[in-house]
Parts: sequence; C-alpha cells; structure tokens
Amino acid sequence: MSEERIRVLLAKPGLDGHDRGVKVIARALRDAGMEVIYTGLRQTPEMVVNAALQEDVDAIGMSILSGAHMTLFPRVVELSREAGLDDVIIFGGGIIPDEDIPRLKELGVTEVFTPGSRMEEIIDFIRKNVRRATQPA
Amino acid sequence: MSTTDLTNRLQEAEREWEERTLDPTLKKMPESRKSFTTTSLMPIERLYTPNSLPDFDYESELGFPGEPPYVRGIHATGYRGKLWTMRQFAGFGSAFDTNQRFKYLLEHGQTGLSVAFDLPTLMGYDSDHPFSEGEVGKCGVAISSLADMEVLFDGIPLEQVTTSMTINAPASMIFAMFLAVAEKQGADLKKVGGTLQNDILKEYIAQKEWIYPPRQAMQLIVDTIEFCTKEVPRFNPVSISGYHIREAGSTAMQELAFTLRDGIEYVQYAINAGMDVDDFAPRLSFFFNSHNDFFEEIAKYRAARRIWYKVMKERFKAKNPRSWALRFHTQTAGVSLTAQQPLNNIVRVAIQALAGVLGGTQSLHTDAYDEALALPSDEAALIALRTQQIIAHESGVVNTIDPLGGSYFIEKLTRDMEEGAFDYFRKIDGFGGMIEAIDAGFPQREIQDASYEYQMAVESKDKVIVGVNDYVMEEEPRAVPLLQIDESTARLQGERLRKLRSERDNERVAKTLSDLTEGAREGRNTMPLLLECTRAYATLGEMCDALRPVYGEYREPMF
Repeated sequence: MSEERIRVLLAKPGLDGHDRGVKVIARALRDAGMEVIYTGLRQTPEMVVNAALQEDVDAIGMSILSGAHMTLFPRVVELSREAGLDDVIIFGGGIIPDEDIPRLKELGVTEVFTPGSRMEEIIDFIRKNVRRATQPA
Repeated sequence: MSTTDLTNRLQEAEREWEERTLDPTLKKMPESRKSFTTTSLMPIERLYTPNSLPDFDYESELGFPGEPPYVRGIHATGYRGKLWTMRQFAGFGSAFDTNQRFKYLLEHGQTGLSVAFDLPTLMGYDSDHPFSEGEVGKCGVAISSLADMEVLFDGIPLEQVTTSMTINAPASMIFAMFLAVAEKQGADLKKVGGTLQNDILKEYIAQKEWIYPPRQAMQLIVDTIEFCTKEVPRFNPVSISGYHIREAGSTAMQELAFTLRDGIEYVQYAINAGMDVDDFAPRLSFFFNSHNDFFEEIAKYRAARRIWYKVMKERFKAKNPRSWALRFHTQTAGVSLTAQQPLNNIVRVAIQALAGVLGGTQSLHTDAYDEALALPSDEAALIALRTQQIIAHESGVVNTIDPLGGSYFIEKLTRDMEEGAFDYFRKIDGFGGMIEAIDAGFPQREIQDASYEYQMAVESKDKVIVGVNDYVMEEEPRAVPLLQIDESTARLQGERLRKLRSERDNERVAKTLSDLTEGAREGRNTMPLLLECTRAYATLGEMCDALRPVYGEYREPMF
C-alpha cells in the first residue's frame, strides 16, 4: 500500500524564512495519506531538483513569500526537465501577484496557490494531476 | 457588609440572574455556537463580572499610570502628553528608492523612520552573492556597504529623526554602517536615537534568518548592548520581538511568553558578561503583533507590562524604575491581511491599530492594505499612516489613560495572560533556559501546533475570515495598483559593488577584516572592530564572512 502513496517534495527555495505555510501544508498532505519530504529552508533550485530525483517524487511544491518566484520557480522547472523529471508536476504558492501567474504557467508551473487557498484544493489538485493518480482517496 | 459578604452576595445575585433571566432565554433561543473562542482559540465566557476577579486588589494589581506594576501604562499622562510615534516600516529596491520613500513619509507627518532590509541583507549576503539572485531589493532595501547606507540617509539628519532598523543576524554590521553615516553627518552619537531589532532568539524560533549558532550570536548581541550603553546611550540595542513569533502562527499567549522569556535570556547573558542590570535594562524595548482579536491583544500588552515589572524586580533585582517599565512597538498583523477583497484590510488594520493604542503602545506601524499581494504602494502606505492619525485625532481614545482598565473582561484576560506566560517561563526554565529550549525545538513545536490548529479552524469555518472562507466574491471588486520591483536594483547593486571594490583601499579593508576575526577570537567587543571595517568600506558579506571561522554557521535541525 505504501508503495502506491503519492510522494511530494515540499521546498523553500530562496532566502525567505517564512515556513509557516509550507509546514502546515506538509502536515495536511501527510494527514491526507501522502508521503511528504520537506527540504527545509534556503534550497537552491539545484538542491530542490536533486532532492526530487533522489526521492522519486510525483510532485514538487514550492513556497516563496519574498518576491523571488519569477526567478526561482522557472529555474526549478528548467532544471527538472533537464534532469528528465518530465512527469513530475510542479506547483507553487506564496505571495504571488495574479499577473505573474499566467507567465509562470507558460513556463511550466502547473498550478499556483495564493493566500487563502484551502488545503482541500491543494490535496485535490495533487491527487488529480500526479502520475500515481489511480489509487482511491 | 464585609468584603466576603459582598462577594458572596454578588455570586448569589449572578446565580439568580442565570435562573431568572438567562436560562429561559437560552431555552427559547440557544446561542449560535457551543463555544466562543479568541483568534488564539482561547475560550471566552458569556459574561464577566466582579465574580470573575476573585481577590481583586486595585492598588497592587493595576496601580497608577507611570508606576508599578505599570498595567495602566508607563507614562503618568498616557497619550495626553505625547502621542505614540507613528513609525511606518519601509524599504524596497535600492537605497535611492527607499531614501525617497522616507522623505515622502516624513513630509506627510510620520515622526520616525523604520528600515526594512531585503533578504540578502537580512542574511548577511552582498547583493551580488549567488544566493541573492532574484531577491535583491524585493522585500526591503538592499544595503551592502557604507556607500549604500550613505545614500539611504542622504538629507535625513540622524541626530533629529529616530531610526528603527529591522535587522538581526547581521545587526551589528548594519549598526556600524549606520553609526558611520551619523559620524559623517557630524552627529553627536550621544544624541542619536533609534532602535536596532537585534533579536536573534526569535529568529531560531520563528523568522529563521540566522547566520551563526545561538550562543555565538548572543555574543554579538551582548557586544552591541555593552557598546550602546557606553557610546550611543539613546539607542535601544535590542527590540525583543514577538511579532514574528505570532506571524509564524503562535497564539497571543505564546507570543507574550516566548518574547518575554527571550528578554530574560538577553538580560541574563548581559549580566553574565559582567554588566549591571540597571545600566542596560532601561534601553531594552519590545515589539509585539496586533492581531484581529481586539480584547485579547489589549490584555496581552497590559499583562506584558506587569510581567516585565515582576521579572525585573524579583528575578533580576533591578532597582531603577526605568528597568521595570516595559516599552513596546506594535505592528498590525501582516498574516491577517487577505489577498481577497484587499480593501477590507483597511478595516482590519484600523481595529488592530486601535488595540495597540488601547494597550498603551509607544510606537505603531499600521500595515498597508495591499501587503498580502506585494510591498505597499505609495497610496496604500499613506492610507495606513492616515489610519493612525484618525485614531489619534478623531476617535477620542487618547483623552483618558487606559480607558479599558477596570473592565471585568479585560482584567480577567490580563490575569490569564500573565498566568499562562509564567507557566511557559517555568517550562522553559526547566530546559535550562531559552537557548536550551530552542535546541530542543520546544517553542518551535508549540508554534507549529498552534498554527496547524488555527488553519484547521479556518478550513472548518469555525473561524470565519471575511472574503476568504465566507462572504466570498467570484469577481473581485477591483484590482489594486501594486508596487513592482524588477531586477534593475540587482543590476545597479552589482555595478555599485564592482565600483566600490575597485576604488576602495583594499589593503585597509583586508587589515580591518583580519583584525575583526582576531578580535572576535580573543573575545574583544566586536563593535569598534566592525566600525573600523565599515569606515574602510568593507561590505556586509565580507564582515559576516570574517566572523564565520570564529563563530561557525547555524544549521536548523528538523522539528
């Protein structure tokens, strides 16, 4: 059974230390039965993608509240494609202005969750979009 | 009748009221929910009366303003003599950009400055460090050397305007740059006033911007306390901060308890370093959050003053009344602002600001309504300042001192806050102190649990957030204009740093940096050494690096 669990890497790229949100999400995803690997703070995009490779995850979720998302999210997408992680979905959250979201999606970020997003939305999104999306909830 | 008879009579009267009036009403129309709780999920009773405050003694429990235990405030005249300082936190882009914003705020009646630094600066990295990529000037101003600091305060007389600087891990380096600018302006350091946040303990607990491990970082803080006491006596060397603890998801009581316990730790370390408590304690100040739950917040501030008085007097045997009186800054709760229907935030901020004022704050920052979306635009920053001015001049709350004092509800909450904080003190003392509790992950876990519980309460709509989990609008009323920060600051900073490194006396820089490393190794006070580095235009990153071989680096354990 544990073999079929959805595996999610949660990461905090960049310098900001606001980890309240990412930690709440980590716990909620675990409560929803997913396997969650949290990288801790201040990960470079290279470190995030390496961790995703090593942990064989289905999804990478990133949280940025500092305004560096336009630099760091696309970098992670780019590096993960280079590393052959083509079927790993990449999503993000944080203080991200609406007008940046279309561009982030163009660049390969599957979804962006802004403040006030509900846990359920995030859990549903992951379940629907990952390759291991077959098992019953 | 004796006091006991009166108490018994009143308890009897309350029971009679319950039977006669309350119970029939509840039968006809039950209350809307089973339990009522604060934002911190603390249960609240239906009604508070003198019965809620057994053994209440006005003189010992509240006293008079300007006197122990300071519950009613630290000034004998409240706000009738002097209003709080309206101090809006600002910083973005380059030093040039922020210097303009400062001048704009001063022109519109702001009475003190408060500097927000960008993340690279907060972490002690120069703007051109690889880790700084994408972050330069984004959530504060980029300051990499004295050259930037000179631009930041250009045309602002530091002897006249007090300046607060929100900086922690590299606080002493930034402070050295600030003092070097003051010197260049010809200011008398004895007259320069302001506040350095310089509170590293809450970084390990909540905000997580650190460089060195806790015990080594404490050495830098003790150095700044000692240096300020002698050389810059009007500067508050540490602003012990609960703000970030709260933003990280703590309850109001945890914010209060962990912040004051951090304060105890600083006092203890300074005493251990050989200082006399009354020489430095009058210059310690505090910084609290103001969240949505109006009365809970007010009780928190009032309890803070009573607790600190007791701690300073009983635990540290301070004799100077100025050591006993807790002064604090308040900022409204950034975390309470919603990205949805952002104009609603103006109302939230006004309520939170009012709580800070009714709690007796010495200075106040009101958040701008657009801060869940981006850094404040000029317009949003101005409305935030206007909110304070309306409270000060139109609401009438400044006319009398501590207007809520004596409210049965407020006094009971104040008592509960105090008891809860002392319980936490006992637990933390049980670890051997705050640093040991941090090593064990105690405050970190308490906060994580509280924030998770709160989030669950929001998800289940037990707590309603207007516009987020209720009263939601599919079409948002209108888009607000946002402040955009592009990569031009990073390019500008890159060029400025290249120029600086080629034009300065690099031999002198190397010498002052190696003196810093050596001095720290020998345990000398680092402040004069840092001033020498700064005057030679050593960069922030270079100064921080010079101490790494001596102090090491902090790695956060997983909690």
